[in-house]
Amino acid sequence: MPEPVAATSILTSMVTSPTVNSEALRRAPATGTALQARKKRPFLLDLYSTSVGKKYVMAISGIAMMGFVLFHMIGNLKMYLGAEALDHYAEFLQMLLYPILPKNVMLWILRGGLVSMLLLHLHAAWSLTMLNRHARPVKYQGARDYQVAKFASRTMRWTGIIVLAYLVWHLLDFTFGTVNAVGTDSTFVRGEVYNNVVRSLDRPVVAAFYVIANILLGIHLFHGAWSIFQSLGWNNPRFNNWRRGFATAFATIIVVGNVSFPIAVIAGIVQ
Amino acid sequence: MSHLKNLTLKVWRQSGPKDAGRFETHQVAEISDEASFLELLDVLNEQLISDNKEAVVFDHDCREGICGTCSLMINGVAHGPQRATTTCQLHMRSFKSNDTIVVEPWRAAAFPIIKDLMVDRSPLDRIIEAGGYITAVTGGAPDGNLIAVPKPVSDAAMDSAQCIGCGACVAACPNGAASLFTGAKIAHLNRLPQGQPERYKRAEAMVETMDEHFGSCTNHGECSAACPKEISIDVIALMNKDYRASKFKSRKEISRD
Repeated sequence: MPEPVAATSILTSMVTSPTVNSEALRRAPATGTALQARKKRPFLLDLYSTSVGKKYVMAISGIAMMGFVLFHMIGNLKMYLGAEALDHYAEFLQMLLYPILPKNVMLWILRGGLVSMLLLHLHAAWSLTMLNRHARPVKYQGARDYQVAKFASRTMRWTGIIVLAYLVWHLLDFTFGTVNAVGTDSTFVRGEVYNNVVRSLDRPVVAAFYVIANILLGIHLFHGAWSIFQSLGWNNPRFNNWRRGFATAFATIIVVGNVSFPIAVIAGIVQ
Repeated sequence: MSHLKNLTLKVWRQSGPKDAGRFETHQVAEISDEASFLELLDVLNEQLISDNKEAVVFDHDCREGICGTCSLMINGVAHGPQRATTTCQLHMRSFKSNDTIVVEPWRAAAFPIIKDLMVDRSPLDRIIEAGGYITAVTGGAPDGNLIAVPKPVSDAAMDSAQCIGCGACVAACPNGAASLFTGAKIAHLNRLPQGQPERYKRAEAMVETMDEHFGSCTNHGECSAACPKEISIDVIALMNKDYRASKFKSRKEISRD
């Protein structure tokens, strides 16, 4: 077994050279093999307290939101079948598990789950970003030349933030209706999903925003859907080659589906 | 053998950990293309000393690519432009005459700069101390092959055991994470039968010690690209898996509380 300690202990002995200002070094404490006792936390919080645990949360909440995004896109395809089909589908969502549960209850349970997944995803992203900032307080002063890091992986924070802003707009547009009719002569009508969609996306600026935001969502998914496998420790030569393909396919399906809606409205296919 | 002429070196100079530091520009008129990058710095230092200036401090030891002492961010790439190569094994044939070469130390909160290009990488030792060992019976030498290890398993373990602890993974990582280093050490021992008794205790202790010093993995893959031993990010997935398993293990079973 190689002794990686040996190389650096040579370094440590060199530190004592008189020309070097060794006492000013912020050294890590020498712990020997005695580990510092960690603060005791309840099981899940204990798991979440480490970076690896937070990555598990990122991955699991990511999977939940990927599931939502996929079914949301598939549901929206109903708009190609006409106003009645889409409005009926919206009605169906309110009646999920009815009459076992009263109307809307299952929908709110799902919404609650999604909101908590989103909050967990945001909190984990925020705290990992802070951890990473602290891990390199002084940046490289020369230009970095990245070898393999992709545009998608390096822009996760930005694509994520823009998609979040888009999500807020999207809720104000179709759920609350606040911005649905701004710049048009008509008004938002709750339940008339099809008309609301056409009214909103007929505004070219809004349609362009939807297209751009969904492409950014695709870029986010392109890295995220692959990254999930690594974070969850799902690594096996039998399926490793499929991981990139899965992420690419998933991102493509979501982008093509979602981008088609504003384009269909602008092109007059859906009106 | 040919020579490179008129090289411009932008070298990071910093008098101590608290100094702000700055790039200093020097010229090297001529160097053989068979010289290693460290020999370029040796030539530069000869020049500086004969000009009565202070020599550039940098880490080096074996100069044959196996000790993990040399470092350097060369033109924004850890260990320079050639893949799977430590700085000491990087040769000047990788550069051209009239090139400007930017040389910077590893940068991470866990790796404070001692002087110029030399950094303190002892937090990597803290991770090893936390679990990078096995419990073995001492005494007479055991018979060889007493413990059966399937060849693919031994190969996989040895792939990770190649890690020389140079810290290029941390330097290259946009997040300053040490996941590849920690993953390699965990994979090396956890894949072998000798590593099983402490397997989950090791994963937990090493990951938690890693967290005290380093950033987190966002799966860029820069670490593996910079690694002079080409260790795959597969070891990070194994680390994540064993860390998860450790948390679900009975505390008594892994003798952790």
